[in-house]
Amino acid sequence: MNYQLIAPEILLAFTASLLLGFGVSKTKNRAPLIRNIAIGLLLLYAVLGFVMGSQTGVAFKGAIIADGFSHYVKFFLGVAGAGALLLSKNYLESENLDMFEFSILLMYAVLGMGIMVSSNNLLALYIGVEMQSLALYVMAAFNRDSLRASEAGLKYFVLGAISSGLLLYGISMLYGFTGSMNFGPIADSIAANGATSGVIAGMVFILCGLAFKISAAPFHMWTPDVYEGAPTPVTAFFAGAPKFAAIALIARLLIGPFGGIEDQWQQVIVVLAVLSMVVGAVGALQQTNIKRLMAYSSIANMGFALVPLAAGGEAGIRGMLIYMSIYVITVIGVFACILQMRIRDGMVEQVSDLAGLSNNNRALALILSVFMFSLMGIPPLLGFFGKWFAFAPAFTQGFIWLGIFALVMSVIAAFYYLRIVKVMWFDEAEIEFVKAPQSLRAISSLSVILLFVLILPFTAIPAQSWIAQAAASLF
Amino acid sequence: MTIGLSHYLVVAAILFTIGVFGIFVNRKNVIIILMCVELILLAVNINFVAFSTHLGDISGQIFALFVLTVAAAEAAVGLAILVVYFRNRGNIAVEDIDLMKG
Repeated sequence: MNYQLIAPEILLAFTASLLLGFGVSKTKNRAPLIRNIAIGLLLLYAVLGFVMGSQTGVAFKGAIIADGFSHYVKFFLGVAGAGALLLSKNYLESENLDMFEFSILLMYAVLGMGIMVSSNNLLALYIGVEMQSLALYVMAAFNRDSLRASEAGLKYFVLGAISSGLLLYGISMLYGFTGSMNFGPIADSIAANGATSGVIAGMVFILCGLAFKISAAPFHMWTPDVYEGAPTPVTAFFAGAPKFAAIALIARLLIGPFGGIEDQWQQVIVVLAVLSMVVGAVGALQQTNIKRLMAYSSIANMGFALVPLAAGGEAGIRGMLIYMSIYVITVIGVFACILQMRIRDGMVEQVSDLAGLSNNNRALALILSVFMFSLMGIPPLLGFFGKWFAFAPAFTQGFIWLGIFALVMSVIAAFYYLRIVKVMWFDEAEIEFVKAPQSLRAISSLSVILLFVLILPFTAIPAQSWIAQAAASLF
Repeated sequence: MTIGLSHYLVVAAILFTIGVFGIFVNRKNVIIILMCVELILLAVNINFVAFSTHLGDISGQIFALFVLTVAAAEAAVGLAILVVYFRNRGNIAVEDIDLMKG
């Protein structure tokens, strides 16, 4: 067996366990050192698949698969994990939470996500999902003296456990009615026997379980509460990496084992997409807490990312990958900005606290405005191209009404993004934020620069062919 | 009457439904929710073992062992979070978990 195919996961599994041992063996606080090592390892994890020559194939008798798709998604998982760790530094220090377990838990969560995106077997899928969920439950409740954080952790745990139950029940049905755990034989069995009711039931249960993980409506109830209650760097992590991993897993399932029953799953995905867009756009309108607002925004964005998946085909996978990559970059930047909303007594997180930001801190106001315009999808920014590639497959593959619906919903969603811009530039200032640490300012500016650099032809064209390769490797 | 695959599946489906309903109907205690989660996972295990013997394929039984392991880990994490919540809040009534709403 070729162990190089799962080298990134082996790296993360061994080093995270070693760091855990290192952390507990010393009485001195090793958190800053372990965090820096973890950031380096996560960045190495992100590129390791490419450094080793983008090898493709299956390992562990078909349980794990490495292909262009998994390498591509893992790159963003590693980068999002490292970004969230960088963001957490000052927050955890000022809240007296600087414990080394945070970095370890985040590494294990990324490891679980990596197993999810390269799973080729129902058992590997389940273990990956559980591994990331168990680490994320603890991270949500990481601020254990805060009632809000522990309530967020409890809610996330209960709803996550239900979703795992649904997922598992679907897996057992799929196993029973196709007679295999590996995706390849499952696809063969479905192709031979057609859409039997047992397979359809299993598929619906699995999709419901995974819809919880990407917080697609009607399985979104946990999202606003968890985003609001969890420590802000944890929310920054929740909003990016786990969503990308889960939606990539959904894409692999839809194209692989369920490839033969496209007309069955299309209905499910269309319903999830439409409901998520409506809930996300309408729910965010009356939110005053910016983390809660970002939760509804992420629900709406998951709806947008499901639109190309519903259309299906290679163009659909490519649209989803482009949309999610841009979303991950934007969300890290937005949370770097939210973490800068600090007054002398601590963090503030109301939208109204941003009033008059353009007078007090013009750079932050400018950067946050760019992110808001990008999330809206205003043309020169990267968000526009994300929406373009996400909605185009719907128009070309006979889902014209879904494409138009997505456009209408993004117009409604533009309202609350514009409200933030308006509050920053036109309202009277009430409070002034203290000067943010350099690392936060660097990350937010870096994301903004990426939003501009990635639209230049000499970066956009190679990136496009890279994404096209990743999408093609699923078929 | 011989007991076949369908009987096992019906038992598992009933247990699964009881578990899901128990979570949503119960308004009293978070511990009951944890018990319902266990019920769901065990219902799935019955499914796996029944399918495994029916198909003559061992991997379903292996999966059941993994589910047991993960269920133990999940219960450990869940109870730990519950203890943290209880320290901050003073009770674990489901109705009182409503600090954040909207």
